[in-house]
Formats: sequence, structure tokens, C-alpha cells
Amino acid sequence: MNARKLTRRKFINRTAGVIGGALLFPGGPIATLAPQGAWALKLSKMDSHQGETLLQMTRLIFPHEKLEDAVYALVVKRLDSSNIQNLELLIEGIVELDTASGGRWLDLLPSERSKVLSSLEGTPFFEKLRSTAVVDLYNNDMAFAHFGYEGEAFSKGGYLTRGFNDLEWLPAPSANASPHP
Amino acid sequence: MQFAKNDKSVVVIVGSGAGGGTLANELCQKGVAVVLLEAGDEQTTSSFLNDEWASFSQIAWLDKRTTSGSWQIAKDFPNLPAWICKTVGGTTTHWAGASLRIQEHEFRARSVYGGIEGANLADWPLTLSELAPYYSKAEFKLGVTRTHGIEGLPGNNNFKVMYAGAQKLGYKNCHTGRMAINSKPRAGRASCMQLGFCFQGCKSGAKWSTLYTEIPEAQSTGKLDLRTGCHALRIEHDKNGKATSVIYADSNGTVHEQKGRAVCVAGNSIETPRLLLNSSSQMFPDGLANSSDQVGRNYMRHTTGSVYATFEKPVHMYRGTTMAGIITDESIHNTKRGFAGGYEMETIAIGLPFMAAFLKPGAWGADFSRAMDQYSHMAGMWIVGEDMPRETNRVTLHNSEKDSNGMPIPNVHFDDHKNDTAMRNHAYKQGSALYDSVGAKDTYLVPPYPSTHNLGTCRMSVLPDEGVCNSFGRSHDVKNLFISDGSQFPTGAAENPTLTIVALAIRQAEYIREEISQLSL
Repeated sequence: MNARKLTRRKFINRTAGVIGGALLFPGGPIATLAPQGAWALKLSKMDSHQGETLLQMTRLIFPHEKLEDAVYALVVKRLDSSNIQNLELLIEGIVELDTASGGRWLDLLPSERSKVLSSLEGTPFFEKLRSTAVVDLYNNDMAFAHFGYEGEAFSKGGYLTRGFNDLEWLPAPSANASPHP
Repeated sequence: MQFAKNDKSVVVIVGSGAGGGTLANELCQKGVAVVLLEAGDEQTTSSFLNDEWASFSQIAWLDKRTTSGSWQIAKDFPNLPAWICKTVGGTTTHWAGASLRIQEHEFRARSVYGGIEGANLADWPLTLSELAPYYSKAEFKLGVTRTHGIEGLPGNNNFKVMYAGAQKLGYKNCHTGRMAINSKPRAGRASCMQLGFCFQGCKSGAKWSTLYTEIPEAQSTGKLDLRTGCHALRIEHDKNGKATSVIYADSNGTVHEQKGRAVCVAGNSIETPRLLLNSSSQMFPDGLANSSDQVGRNYMRHTTGSVYATFEKPVHMYRGTTMAGIITDESIHNTKRGFAGGYEMETIAIGLPFMAAFLKPGAWGADFSRAMDQYSHMAGMWIVGEDMPRETNRVTLHNSEKDSNGMPIPNVHFDDHKNDTAMRNHAYKQGSALYDSVGAKDTYLVPPYPSTHNLGTCRMSVLPDEGVCNSFGRSHDVKNLFISDGSQFPTGAAENPTLTIVALAIRQAEYIREEISQLSL
């Protein structure tokens, strides 16, 4: 049996994990979308260590200090539902990350975490994580609320009466250049 | 309407976008029977999605293509050189609506700019005054604002930032543009709701698209047979070198043959040359209609780039029309700036999901995150300028990779000409200065997106050895074969190309109708 098959057996036999926590910013825009002050994600393929490692890696790749972990967890959720080849890539990558850290990467100080993570830039593992995160981190209602993007507009009648031209900190254009609605 | 596959009286059109969709309607209105092959499926205004990624999956052309050359796209999006559509209506579902005429001097680029080393410049075999009546018809058809007495659109917040900066820089020509978007209800189309999803298919139907204008109008004549999910594979010809039929695969992969009196190709400037190259035969060993060796060459994609800037106070640029305004002062030919030709500056806005994808492809870390953190305080503009046609910038067939129908996929090769680079740098500088003048905090110079303006790969020419078709789009080599899209353009000019594609299609339809009357087709 080769190493790849061994890895596959290893994670298939594992009990799937859970990651979660409290919302960090109870007064923030995401809290208004969440009925409770906490979040949890039940994983289907990965264990809790793997899920938590990927979440903290994503936080370093796209660091938004005030963005809830619950949003980063959506990236983990996507990765957890990867096909078998990508799951192997991720899980082997986490093993390598921990090995390079001389233990668990999660146990390192923040500055050391960054150093080890940077050393992986350009690897298929890092690129899988980055390319997934750049889509899934910014393509959900919680991210929209956090970054101030309003998303779907048709059902609300567009912005014709909802502020498409409400900017007032610059002089208004002439009516010739910009006719009144 | 359904025509028989062996009905030799029909005109077969490949592609239902600005060129093919318009041509189909114009021919049907004149009583000519048309079979219109569209590779994609049919959407409606209600099935369009206000969701960037989901819409991209719904309407974009995602068939694999490869890239080569030194252009940034080959690095950032190696299998997605173009952002165009595979759906009924083609890229008129996705376009932003900017409808500008090519300027008089741009039709004479070779004469006005002179011989530029490494560029294959040509004069159009057409003048502005010859095309002007067709431009006027096209503007009326599309309902272009600021033409035919149609009022301009109101500017959004993104436009307000552009306009204020334009005043500070002393630009004289800044307004909400000539747009094929209704400012008032017109011609069965509603007025603009300022949705902010022009690129995703306009759900209000305010923006012109052949999907809900030309194609249903053509259908109501009883002269149109629209076949969706039908991808043209090859054009067949007889021993006299006349086109006889189009071989196409339906969505199940079943292959069909449609006979016709003429074939008009409007698959956009990557698929159009690909189809001709894939139609090589003993008589046409280098591809159909390619005795000039110009099929696939002179691929142009406009010199583009974006400038986004962030401000102390909110902008919410995504609210309202995507291209909400224009500055035309730089679209002149003035070599004192260090390059030939000119560029337009047009507002652009993309949503949060696409901002993450396009701001700096491949980037990560604190600088990238800082830009995203300021998304709601960001304004943006797109640069669209004339790029140099080059024989070596070309669409070729991949030597090993094939699509699901077994046809070689296209490779798109592009190297920026130094004129292109000089123009882009000038535009970046002007765009940055504009936003600085109204208090920008951070400014981001964003590289080109996958190409939306694909042009030039079957250029018009007077002489048969210098191009693929004449000024009516008629092939020099195959007399009943027409090029009906932006592939015809000998040069790209600075303007968004759709209006010119439509004007050429109206003119071509007149010509084809006349040739049929004269029994020449």
C-alpha cells in the first residue's frame, strides 16, 4: 500500500469534527444576521484539528481583523466538501505544515505561524486554499454585510430609489452631464 | 418556425449576439429565411441572476481555451482569455451598453498613425460617412441615449466621483455616456432600475440585448428557425468552392448538417476564426477563406486596465449602471502623449465577489485585505483604448487538445505592443491623478480582465491578399460566406465595439438581400 492510499484510509476512518465559537463582534453587521451569539460547523470529512488549521490559515491569507470566524468557516465548509483528490491534497498539506512547525502549527506564536505559512506559497496546497478562499470568503451574505455590499437588487426594485446617487460629499454634476432621474 | 435541413434557400447564421442576432432579424424583416445556430441555451430576464459567480456559470463561455504570449492574461487566466457569453443573445447579455461611433480618423489608422513597427495597421475599406447612416439606424434600434432625442441616464455615485475629478483635471467631455439602456420606457423595453448587474444579464430588460429584441422580432416574421445548444463544428463546400452547409452538434452531441444558400459566421473573434480553421479541406488546406493567411491573425482586445480608488467617505459604486459615465478627452490621436491612438475612460463597478477575483489575481495578505476592507468606499474606472493589430497576435488551433465534439480547441496568443503599454501607463497615470484630485486614499491599478472586446481575426480589406473579407463582410475566397461580427474590424479604434458590429450587420443584411435579388446568392 502506498503513502497516498494510507492517507486516504486514515481520514476516511476518522470521526468527522466540529469547529465553532462565539461571535467576536456582537454589535457588528454579521451579528444582526445571526439569531445566536455563537456559530458551529459540523464537518463531514475532516477532523476538528484539520478544520481549525484551515480556518486559521485562511485568516492569515486574507486577514480582516474584524471579520467573524463564522465567515472564514464557510471556506472550511467548502474545502471539507472537496473531492477525494483535493481532500488528500489538503490533509497531506496540513501534515506537512505541522511537520514544518515541529509540532502543531496552531500552537505556534502568530509571527511564527506567518513565517511557516509564507514558506508554503506557490505549493498546490496553498494555492488550493487561496483560490477557494478568494471566492468563498467574499461570496456570501455575511461577507456582503461586513464589507458593505448589498448583493441582489432586483427584488428590492434596484437602487433607483435606494441611493444610487446619494453621494453628497462632492459637488453635483451638471444636469446636462447627468440628467435628473 | 422550422426549416428542413436540406432546405438550400435558407441563410445559416452562426451565433446570436450583436452581429448574428441583428443580422438574423434584419434578414427576416426582408423576407429571407434564416436558420440561427446558437451554441448556448436560452435564458430570460427572469432567469438572469443578480449574483456574479452564479451568473458567470449561467451565461459565460466556459469551454476550455489556452493562451500564450507575454500578456498578463496568460498568467492570470490561462484558460479564460475572453469574458464572453455562450447563451442566446451572446455577449449582448453581458455587455454594459456603451454605444459609441468609431471616429473618422480611426477608420484611417494606417494613414493617420503612419507605419508603426511591429503593427499591422490598415485603413478600413469604409469611411465614417459611408457607415454614418447605418450608425444612425443602429442607435435608433438600440435606443442609445443622447441620440435621436433620447435623454441621458442619471449618473450614479461612481459617476459623481468621476465627474468631480474630471472637472479638477480640466477634462471637457464627461457625461453619463451614450448607452443602449433606456432612460425612459421605449420600444417595448422598460426603463433602467439602476440594478447594478448590467454584466449579469439585465433583469429589467432596459439594456438592449438581441435576446429580447432582435430575436423575438425575427421570430414573429415566421422566417426564423432558432436552434439553441447547437455548436457549429465545420462549414462544408462544393467543388466550386462555395459553402454548402454547416455541420453542427446539438446539446446531446448528435451531429447534424444544415444546408443553405449562404453562411454567415458571428461567433465572436475567437470562435469565428476557429470555425474557419476547423473547416480546412483539400481545396482550402489552411482553413476556409484563408488564402490571405489572415484568418486568426491581428487579434485585438483593446488596451484595457482599471483604476480603483478608495475615499474617506462612502461611494457604493456598485449601485446603478455598471458603465455610468465616460470621459472622451483622451480618445484623440496626439502622439505628444507618447503613443498613437487614444482611449476612453468609463466608470466600472464590480461586486464584492468579482472585486476579490479581479483586483490583483493571485494576491493575498494584508495589502489585498486592506483594499477589500475599503470596498464600500471605492470608485472605479475602466480604460478602453486602441491596441495595435499584429500578425503574430492570433487565434490558432491547439495541436493536441480537443473539445467534447472532438474539434481542436483554440489557443489565443497575444503580446502587448509597446504602443499598448505606453497607452495603458498613460491612462493609469491620468486615472490616478483624477482620483487623487478628489481625495483618494489608496489607488489600485488593476490589470486587464479576460477580454470582452475581441476583434480583428478575419479582417476586412480591399485586396484579397491583405484580408479575409470585403467591406460588406463577404469572404474574398468563398463568395457565399460572410463574416458578421467584430472579427471583421481591420483596427480596433478606442470605442466599445458593439454599436459598430450592429451597424455593419444592418448594412450586411441590406447587401445580402440585394445579392439574393440579383440571383448572386
